[in-house]
Amino acid sequence: MANTVHIDVVSAEASIFSGEAEFVVAPASAGEVGIYPNHAPMITTIKPGALRIKQANEAEETLIFISGGLLEVQPGVVTVLADTAVRGHDLDEAKAIAAKEAAEEALKNRTSDIDYATAQAELSEAVAQIQTIERLRKKTH
Amino acid sequence: MAGSKEIRTKIKSVENTRKITKAMEMVAASKMRKAQDRMRASRPYAEKIRNVAAHLSLAHSEYKHPFLLKRDNVKNVGIIVVSSDKGLCGGLNTNVLRLTVNQMKTWESEGKKLSVSAIGNKGYTFMNRVGANVKSHITGLGDVPHLDKLIGTIKVMLDAYTAGEIDQLHICYTKFINTMKQEPVIEQLLPLTAERLGTHPTTEKSEALSASAVVKSALEIGAAKGHWDYIYEPEAKPVIDQLMVRYIESLVYNAVSENMASEQSSRMVAMKSASDNAKNVIGELKLVYNKARQAAITKEISEIVGGAAAVA
Repeated sequence: MANTVHIDVVSAEASIFSGEAEFVVAPASAGEVGIYPNHAPMITTIKPGALRIKQANEAEETLIFISGGLLEVQPGVVTVLADTAVRGHDLDEAKAIAAKEAAEEALKNRTSDIDYATAQAELSEAVAQIQTIERLRKKTH
Repeated sequence: MAGSKEIRTKIKSVENTRKITKAMEMVAASKMRKAQDRMRASRPYAEKIRNVAAHLSLAHSEYKHPFLLKRDNVKNVGIIVVSSDKGLCGGLNTNVLRLTVNQMKTWESEGKKLSVSAIGNKGYTFMNRVGANVKSHITGLGDVPHLDKLIGTIKVMLDAYTAGEIDQLHICYTKFINTMKQEPVIEQLLPLTAERLGTHPTTEKSEALSASAVVKSALEIGAAKGHWDYIYEPEAKPVIDQLMVRYIESLVYNAVSENMASEQSSRMVAMKSASDNAKNVIGELKLVYNKARQAAITKEISEIVGGAAAVA
């Protein structure tokens, strides 16, 4: 069908929608965009809002709420990469800072060089334990 | 009846242990199925965003994102270690940490400086104990990985890369092959390599094929139109920036969800063998107990008979 475009709406945690559409309206960051089949290749960020999909054989439009993400348009394919979390530059920054602080806190009272000897000793001990258990198991059977 | 009470207590205690391991096995089995479903659910996004990233790297954009540019002189290496939060899952964490430590040792001997980001409690405590430079960490992810929780940890590493504090970023996690087999792997995240964009190692063959077909179709479009590029809205830079960050996040998320599926199946197998072992131990103990019981009875009878003979 030449007058429809394939649309996929996916988030990192699940696939949300996949189907053929006659017309798609997405809340792009610079304003709403309407996409008909054979649209020029386009890529844009989207704001939180409703995605409207007019499917081929249905009178009603399908509404999907997305909390932001990216929209990619190819002549025959529209891909919406939805964010699962509410995102924002400041929010991301805050999360990164929190992660960094937690790490620095933990770093404070330690030596900085990696003690490979300890690391390997510890790991080989664990491996040896597992091997011993396996061998023991084989023996008892 | 010397010892028979002790043996009974011992049997009881092993039985209780077996109950626990059996329960853990069943819990792990059901969690594993869910984890596998989640792993599969995350694939469409990973595939789609890879396609878009591949399109972008083919498109003739005036702006090249730093994630796509290879740095010649690699001095500092970042590594994200994905491990489980809880133990009792066989050799899962040990294997992944051993691989990481070996790789770290090689890098260090090449004179590269290392910084680590740890996802999961086991890897974090280990890295801390051995004195690695832990830049960021996240523990207590629970059974359902949420991208929300990973963002901060990943961003620290991405920021370090953009700022030039690290020149390469790798991720180390346990890849889920099937219920019986999991494999620790190290993959390069940054800079993005052509293979990464073409065929992703974690996707299955059919998916990889369809992905390369899409890339090919994009190439054909590109060839037909000569130089082609996207229309960027509002501008190329913010869009590509966001896309690249999302792409890396999706790769890390994918690794975490695979690691969780691996953890559960590894735990299931470990607990199954623990239950089997307990069963064997119980069998042996019961044999010993019955022997002791019979010996005691025989002794009593012979005493009575001996007593009766003495009276008569």
